[in-house]
Amino acid sequence: MTLTIPRLRAKAARGRRRRPLTLVLATAFLVLVAAMGLLAPVLAPHSPDETSLLNALAPPGTEGHWLGTDSTGRDVLSRVMHGARLSLLAPLGVVLLSLVLGTAIGLLAARAGGWVDAVLSRGMDIVFAFPSLLLVILSVAVFGPGLTAPICVLAIAYTPFIGRVVRSVAIQEGARPYLESYRVMGFGELRVTLRHLLPNVLPVIIAQSALSFGYALVDLASLSYLGLGVRPPDADWGSMISQAQSAILQGSPWSGLMPGIAVLLTVVCVNLLGEHLGGSISGKRSEET
Amino acid sequence: MLQKKEAETARRDALDISGLSLAVSRSGTDVPLLAGVSVRVARGETVGLVGESGSGKSLTSRSALGMLPRGARTTGGVTVSGVDVLGADRRTLRELRRTRVSMIFQDPRASINPVRRVGDYLTEGLRARGVSSREAAERAPDLLDQVGIRDPRGALRRFPHEFSGGMLQRVMIAGALSTEPELLLADEPTTALDVTTQAEVVGLLKTMQEAHGTGMLFVTHDLDLAAAICDRIYVMYAGRIVEEATGASLFRSPAHPYTRALLEASPSVHGEKAVVKAIRGRPLALAEAPSGCSFRDRCPLAEESCAEGVPPYRAHGASTVACLRPEEVAP
Amino acid sequence: MNQPQPVLAVSSLVKRFGSFTAVDDVSFELMPGTSLGIVGESGSGKTTTARILAGLERPTSGTVTLEGRAVGGRSRRDRLWQAGRLQMIFQDPYGSFDPRRTIAQSIAEPLRLHAPGPAERHRARVAELLDQVGLSTRAGEALPRDLSGGQRQRAAIARALGIAPRVLVLDEAVAALDVSIQAQILTLLDELRRETGISYVFVSHDLAVVRYITDTAVVMRHGRIVERGGTEQILRSPQHPYTRLLLDSIPSPDWDLERVARDRRALDAR
Repeated sequence: MTLTIPRLRAKAARGRRRRPLTLVLATAFLVLVAAMGLLAPVLAPHSPDETSLLNALAPPGTEGHWLGTDSTGRDVLSRVMHGARLSLLAPLGVVLLSLVLGTAIGLLAARAGGWVDAVLSRGMDIVFAFPSLLLVILSVAVFGPGLTAPICVLAIAYTPFIGRVVRSVAIQEGARPYLESYRVMGFGELRVTLRHLLPNVLPVIIAQSALSFGYALVDLASLSYLGLGVRPPDADWGSMISQAQSAILQGSPWSGLMPGIAVLLTVVCVNLLGEHLGGSISGKRSEET
Repeated sequence: MLQKKEAETARRDALDISGLSLAVSRSGTDVPLLAGVSVRVARGETVGLVGESGSGKSLTSRSALGMLPRGARTTGGVTVSGVDVLGADRRTLRELRRTRVSMIFQDPRASINPVRRVGDYLTEGLRARGVSSREAAERAPDLLDQVGIRDPRGALRRFPHEFSGGMLQRVMIAGALSTEPELLLADEPTTALDVTTQAEVVGLLKTMQEAHGTGMLFVTHDLDLAAAICDRIYVMYAGRIVEEATGASLFRSPAHPYTRALLEASPSVHGEKAVVKAIRGRPLALAEAPSGCSFRDRCPLAEESCAEGVPPYRAHGASTVACLRPEEVAP
Repeated sequence: MNQPQPVLAVSSLVKRFGSFTAVDDVSFELMPGTSLGIVGESGSGKTTTARILAGLERPTSGTVTLEGRAVGGRSRRDRLWQAGRLQMIFQDPYGSFDPRRTIAQSIAEPLRLHAPGPAERHRARVAELLDQVGLSTRAGEALPRDLSGGQRQRAAIARALGIAPRVLVLDEAVAALDVSIQAQILTLLDELRRETGISYVFVSHDLAVVRYITDTAVVMRHGRIVERGGTEQILRSPQHPYTRLLLDSIPSPDWDLERVARDRRALDAR
């Protein structure tokens, strides 16, 4: 009795305390954007490539085109919905790749220590020192346009971002005696690291990844804006903004504004979520002691 | 009322906590932490406050400085050298802490600013009391010399991390006594130290305290240590004082079952090797304790009557004890 | 096999960290079913010695022998063999559990490693172990943070016992506990030794506790053993001035601080 009751109460209290409205809204928005991207072929009112010069540069609120049309009369809403797929998938790829790389390098550096740690840490410092966008542009110059090379290069550029955090958290956590007690019990280093250390540092990794997702989204959008990322007829939000430039100059900012707002809101929401994940972890830590 | 006044003029105590009860509110419910705690420390007297974790011993000693947990509600009184601490405003409290009460903590390293020199730490205390900075600088080496630190002038220029735990605790003692306080609160001051260092530091603390005529409240979990150095000892359990006695008599003839159980649970290096007798259960905080006598669910002598109410204090032998049947507590 | 052979033997153990010698020529033997105390203050090298025994540090030189076989192999087989014979209990009973696993899961894990078998059998064994150290099944379902210090230390003992080691190294295992809880754990350790014939290496700064739980003891100072012998004998007639200082430093109602000061002068004079 004495054991379970305080635990349940603590859980209930935790649930009540930490769910601010902004967080709920951010999560809801991200789910919505993801669903929009996934279901774009079904939900979009028009084909994203259907041009109609008669309807060019219609303002938002026009019958049949809620968010207006661009300079060739394509429906902005449909294009934003379709664009969400690449705009979200590409950074997701970056994050997953850098997550795997960064976690592996960070854990290895933390657990091996000595010269292995020194080499890996300095390596990460060097990569970290390069501006990521510059690296990506370089990769496009070498491999030609397309998304595969930028995703891989960005993933490498973001690896230190995650790897350094993983390393420092793993060293901190590794000083706690439970990991040593597993070693005394005869468990191998690899198993202790993967089954006990990793799950205990995972929340930090996830929080850090969420933050880097936001950065990756902006980087990739910038790349597309520069015309180096997605190739037409594929479109993401960055390339849509790029194509809307002339329309903006003609006094019709809608077709560029809408994908811009989509980028902004998505990044803000992802960062909010990431910050909350990171915060709730440090909160839990302080509760433990 | 008249009597009380007479007593006050005859001998003002360094610390007088009377009937202190304290509760905090946590997520809407009241959590009691202390109930009816009375502790008195006369000038020049060493008084022990002994208890296990959750007993409220640290909380009691901190109340003398007016350091209460956030949102704490209190009844009863805390008077330090004539000043009502609970009713005092911030300025009075600051003045009190600066001049009449000092405190030494368990971990000297955690309670000294690591980036400032030891000399700064010592002179700061003096200057806060109105001593000119030149005079303070002159007195600081003497202070360190008194606590047995070799090369005091060199020590003043060093940083806390250059000292061992025992040496740093000496610095803390020097700082605490530099203001010639009437009351010294020592909260487990030697728990983090090695046994041999503890002996030195305690010896020093006693000598200094006697020389200055300071009243000392010595908070510890170690009954042997308290018995060794204290004139009187209060034993706390679950937010209440359960027994008060002189150091030696508490040790030889405990009147409360808890005191006796504590003595029997600690192994000793002296005398014949005896079997330690464990107390069942674990030490409780006041909020978790049963009604009536807080110790009754762990007490071998408990009967139904123990649940009826908190046992009143009564004299038994050399002790004042909150137990219904102290005569059954054989030594 | 009638000739009793030490279950653990340590000879000329040295451990250096850079230019600092933490353990300096330490040797001792532990007979089956007996209990040896390693007494010392901070910086005495007692904890480093314990960590070498548990394989957490590698000695600079010297050997540790378990049941007549030198330890230190790094292969999986060697590791398991050593772990199956020697286990360790840490001072901090909270930190020695994975915070995400229930106590029962933590106890079951080494069982699966050392005695693979059906989950049903492991569950039964966990229940048995919990019972052996006086914990309820409810405590087994709890997370480490929901248990008290004493309960966690019981759980740590249960987890070590699951591997059925011949030697249990306890590094300040009761130092962080309240007096009443400390007595419970000491009583439990006493019972376990009588029932299972396990041997203890009990590392502690507390002579009273060492007296209670050990038969023989070594006193360490600055990495070296300064005195060794039967625990009672050491306490009754300490030969080394440091041992005398340690003993006189222990507070008691008739504590003589003068004598402590005299002891210290005697020690410094050496």
